[in-house]
Amino acid sequence: MTILLFGITKDIVGSSTLSVPTSSVTGRKIPKTVKELKQFLGESYPELNKLSSLAVAVNNSYAEDNEKINSYDEIALIPPVSGG
Amino acid sequence: MNPRYIRQTSLKSFGAERQAKLGAASVLIVGLGGLGIPVAQYLNAMGVGTLGLMDQDIVALHNLQRQVLYAEKDLGRLKLDVTQEKLSAQNSQTRLRLYDSFLTKENALEIIEDYDVVVDATDNFPTRYLINDACVILDKPFVYGALHGFEGHVSVFNYNDGPTYRCLYPEMPGFEEIPDCNENGVLGVIPGIIGTLQALETVKVLTGVGEVLSGELLVYDGLSQYSNKVRFKTNPKNKKIKKLQERYESSDCDVVPSINAEDFQVLRDSGKVHTLIDVRTPEEFQSHHLEEAISIPLSHLSLANPQIKADRKIYLICQSGKRSELALKQLQIDYPDLTFYHILGGMNKMLTVCP
Repeated sequence: MTILLFGITKDIVGSSTLSVPTSSVTGRKIPKTVKELKQFLGESYPELNKLSSLAVAVNNSYAEDNEKINSYDEIALIPPVSGG
Repeated sequence: MNPRYIRQTSLKSFGAERQAKLGAASVLIVGLGGLGIPVAQYLNAMGVGTLGLMDQDIVALHNLQRQVLYAEKDLGRLKLDVTQEKLSAQNSQTRLRLYDSFLTKENALEIIEDYDVVVDATDNFPTRYLINDACVILDKPFVYGALHGFEGHVSVFNYNDGPTYRCLYPEMPGFEEIPDCNENGVLGVIPGIIGTLQALETVKVLTGVGEVLSGELLVYDGLSQYSNKVRFKTNPKNKKIKKLQERYESSDCDVVPSINAEDFQVLRDSGKVHTLIDVRTPEEFQSHHLEEAISIPLSHLSLANPQIKADRKIYLICQSGKRSELALKQLQIDYPDLTFYHILGGMNKMLTVCP
């Protein structure tokens, strides 16, 4: 599944999108919920773990941590931004 | 009918009736920077009856790239004064109310109470959360805009039963999580786009034309021309705020020794020996700095710096007070025996109190 990245998450990852495998050949656990996705991404990009307030959109709706995700979902990480 | 507004009153779905609503309306614009300027210019041009303008900064050279109301001849003047002059010349019929202050928990409720809509055109999280909470308490909608590099956010919060800023981001991010424009940079045209969208949403709230961007966050990326609306819901507990928080300055609880700009100026005037360390980037330091300041950018603060001596008080300054607080925390660890103070509001505030 493809994750769209915004704000500081884009800067942390260094790209505007990120691909998350939907089947595992390495035995790594595939994220099935928003919470698991955050954990999965945090393992690869520890800087993401520092973000206390990070909105995740699934199919253009704000998603809580327990929401299930599938390979065809459109997912975006939308951290708060402060500039003016 | 006022011929001045005929190009919008002749719009069938706008008309004289909605123009009259604009004329009767009052809008508070918090911040006259990159976002606030297009909001102020368009609302003033379009005939909003009363505009409250709030800012304490002065016009600096590095503002001109995006704050297009200001000219080179305005450098060093209060943004509030320049804006008043230009808006009065643009539309003499608008009633302008000026607030030469920051929005604080002491003044927020009293000021916001007088307005129909608040436009959040600030550049920092503490003020955004303060605006949110004050608007929830007073049952006022507020039009939110914020930037990050080439990106922007727009939404209308607390509109009728609609969600609030806290429904999207429940708690203020920690101090070091998210950089601001001073640290991160912003492409000049982006605040123009986002601020103009805020002006549009304000007009929709005031007149009832169209659909208000409530319950949706517009996310815009200028580099790809991507824009998308993310739906989110009201969390009822966020609508029940009854009083402001004790403090909004920073979400972590550490007490950091600080001094306000007025008191620091008094200390400077008294000629007391002190060390002032400016922790901004070398470019910012070159563009302007206080006479006695020495430049040690935040990224270069390291152990055994010979300029950090125990024989005098050491003050830290940056542009807004955010990086100096970070620097202070770092120095407290590196030099546990010394006492450091950071200057609240940074250069922004100092420039308003220096003679």
